[in-house]
Amino acid sequence: MITLDDVTITYGIGPRALVAVRDLTLAVPEGEAVGLVGESGSGKTTVLRAVAGLVPYATGQITLAGRRVDRRRTTAQRKMAQMVFQDPYGSLHPNQTVDQILAMPVAIHRLDRGEARIAQVLAEVGLGAEHRYRYPHQLSGGQRQRVAIARALILEPRILLLDEPTSALDVSVQAEILNLLSRLRRDHGLTMLMVSHDLAVIAHLCERIGVMSRGQLLEITTATAMANNQVTHDYTRELLRSNAGFDRSSVSSGELDVAAG
Amino acid sequence: MTDTLLAVRNLRVTYPGDDGDVRAVRNVSFTLGRERLGIVGESGSGKSTTGRAIIGLVSHPGRIEADELRLGDTDLRGLSERGFRKLRGQRIAMVLQDPNYSLDPVMSVGQQIAETHRTHLRSTTRDARRAALEMLQAVHIRDPERVYTMYPHQVSGGMGQRVMIAMMLIAGPDILIADEPTSALDVTVQTQVLAIIDDLVRSRGMGLILISHNLHLVSSFCDRVLVMYAGQVVETCVAGNLSEAKHPYTRGLLAALPQLGNRRAELPQLQRDPAWMADLA
Repeated sequence: MITLDDVTITYGIGPRALVAVRDLTLAVPEGEAVGLVGESGSGKTTVLRAVAGLVPYATGQITLAGRRVDRRRTTAQRKMAQMVFQDPYGSLHPNQTVDQILAMPVAIHRLDRGEARIAQVLAEVGLGAEHRYRYPHQLSGGQRQRVAIARALILEPRILLLDEPTSALDVSVQAEILNLLSRLRRDHGLTMLMVSHDLAVIAHLCERIGVMSRGQLLEITTATAMANNQVTHDYTRELLRSNAGFDRSSVSSGELDVAAG
Repeated sequence: MTDTLLAVRNLRVTYPGDDGDVRAVRNVSFTLGRERLGIVGESGSGKSTTGRAIIGLVSHPGRIEADELRLGDTDLRGLSERGFRKLRGQRIAMVLQDPNYSLDPVMSVGQQIAETHRTHLRSTTRDARRAALEMLQAVHIRDPERVYTMYPHQVSGGMGQRVMIAMMLIAGPDILIADEPTSALDVTVQTQVLAIIDDLVRSRGMGLILISHNLHLVSSFCDRVLVMYAGQVVETCVAGNLSEAKHPYTRGLLAALPQLGNRRAELPQLQRDPAWMADLA
């Protein structure tokens, strides 16, 4: 459904260009969920943005459902892949009601039955009719993220791109959103590409996990292999250790030293 | 736990609201010795407000009341802003989440650390500089002379947080309050920064209050954990035994966490019981 073939993404041009992602190859078959983990600056979000068509890529090829896509896309291509962002506070228009927020994609894509679609998608993400005419500031963090998911879902996409969808949320709300995402994936047969720094969250939703560092995909492994510590890269091992909680013995004093950057 | 650094009994923080008072912290009691105490809870549970009340940073119109709020032999109740200013840095210090917002952007990081030293210990510029360099070394910065002259925007998040720790510890406080000190950092950097806090707090015999929403982190880092819900401490337990917590809220939170290696089709969602809101004490 999604393939990336030797994709390199750079910001800027000329000698000062920054290579954010280098020679990345990844395939996500239809109906599968793949996760990307890595530190900030590792390029994981950039990959997502390139798949969504928000940033151009320099070399290589990205295909969606077998067709090569670039930054310029047809409406149908845009409709196919929808993105949910990390911060529901920042990604929803503060001066628009939920109804207006959801009506916008319907209008842009000239879909019929707008009214019915909005009502249906709200029910699907677990929001009631009473939330429809509220502004984002009148909703809780979890409800806002539901609106963001509804906005993506209303276009009936086949691919959902998730950029840290739960990292701004409390643990109890995170569980609700993760359950919602699993259910939507099952009901709609969605293909998902998800980015997170939390290994447990990624492993919960995704079968396969790619580990990124400094713009490169170090390895692709499965959630089960991760849990059994069957990983090849030292960096992945370090990530696993850090996710398990604090262990003073895991860091030697030498490792603590940092030089001025 | 023979010597108590901080004693808190029935701490209450109230903000007046349109529909009556909002009780952000309700009758919180605990004592802190030379140990690492964790406070966990979700947003709005009052964990940060508790920390801020101790260091006198609840601003008007918020009200702090307590039956006892004692730092060593100093009564913190009704202490003036001037009184608090003397204590902050020297007796009690606080590290916040994001170094980018807590550091002065137009002053080199070294000068900021030295300023703390000068203010509290009335030292000369030269002594303060030397102490700041030593402190930078203590937080494992390899090239202190160079970092001393750098500005906050030139250092990474992890290094910024080391600078914050250096600044907070330079005047030798007894208590460090760390409010989500590593949430803005990458997981691998997180462990390093925590290890530095751990080493320094132990070697200086300080008391540490770590405020965090991260259950794993608190249970693996601290000695003791307070679990807060709706402004109250609903449960206190030994950190290592957090997995055997008894309160349904704590149990619900733990169950709702996705686990590596234990993939469940559906995560159990926390069912909030209105009874948890009732006043405990």
